Amino acid sequence: MTRFVDLWVYLSGTPLLWLTVTLVAYVAADAISAALYRNPIANPVLIAILLVSVLLLASKTTFPAYFAGAQFVHFLLGPATVALAVPLYRHLPEVKRALIPMLSALILGSVAAICSAVLLAEYLDLGRAATLALAPKSSTAAIAMGIGEKIGANPALVAMLTIMTGITGAIVVTPLMNLLRLKNYAARGFAAGLVSHGIGTARAFQVNSLAGTFAGIALGLNGLVTAILVPLLLPLLLR
Amino acid sequence: MLHAIVLLLVCQLAGETLAHFLSLPLPGPVIGMVLLLAALMLRLPLPQAMGDTADGILRHLSMLFVPAGVGVVQQLDLLGAEGGRLLVVVVLSTVIALAVTALTFTWVAKLVGGTEAPPEEKAE
Repeated sequence: MTRFVDLWVYLSGTPLLWLTVTLVAYVAADAISAALYRNPIANPVLIAILLVSVLLLASKTTFPAYFAGAQFVHFLLGPATVALAVPLYRHLPEVKRALIPMLSALILGSVAAICSAVLLAEYLDLGRAATLALAPKSSTAAIAMGIGEKIGANPALVAMLTIMTGITGAIVVTPLMNLLRLKNYAARGFAAGLVSHGIGTARAFQVNSLAGTFAGIALGLNGLVTAILVPLLLPLLLR
Repeated sequence: MLHAIVLLLVCQLAGETLAHFLSLPLPGPVIGMVLLLAALMLRLPLPQAMGDTADGILRHLSMLFVPAGVGVVQQLDLLGAEGGRLLVVVVLSTVIALAVTALTFTWVAKLVGGTEAPPEEKAE
């Protein structure tokens, strides 16, 4: 037992342990998702997060200690966002043809995301702090936290609601689009990226590269539009 | 492969720099994406493995959200007494916004003969 403790103390001091745990948890989550025929409810991000969190709680590991290892995975989000330019370039003809539908959906979708969140929060009598933190939830986390700061919301709460929105959208987008009988994968992907930013984009790439491309465009554009719209719309929406 | 990775990082760095100096409301990596797209459209001589490298990193895009997601789970007490209602708002608002976006896209595409129309005659 003491040898195990010694080993644990040694390993938990290096980034290797939690980096490996993150990768193994994701590989396991991806295998579970594949075994369930990619059923959207078995979202690999959600499963991997739950697996790692249970391990952190069980081993009484703090988040900073975990992140010292996991930051190498987190860091790749930046280069991956840049890499979205490649599928975008490949699908450029389709994107050019869809310019008008895209811009219309961008404005209406962004307004719908902000207004529905704020109005529902008011209807359910949520406090001002929670209502403000919900407003930017469809923009990508970095932008959402920036907007949150500007409108006086708690950035940690904003980040959490943003990620919850990402996972929710990744789970519901496929069944919802099937229910609405929408077969246009450009439209489906664009909605996933607009509402559920990076996590929705990851889901769209799981479905096909055209959906993923439109999701990536929506993610970039809606970050910008949400940053402009939230400060404009909030005074009109708040009681 | 190495050259492609270097190019991704250089674009991100340039994006971060531009975002900082011009105080743009977009994160550096998104500006980096625009820069790389511009380089591709201008047909600049880019690393051959650019396509494969991008495909490889994007194939597992989901994985990259795990560390941030775990951070969230550690802060669940932030939700406090409003947790249940916050979840209701997130789910309903997500469904509404997804439906509005996808329906608008599809309707306008039909109206203007967008994505479902046959490809236009070759421009380039």
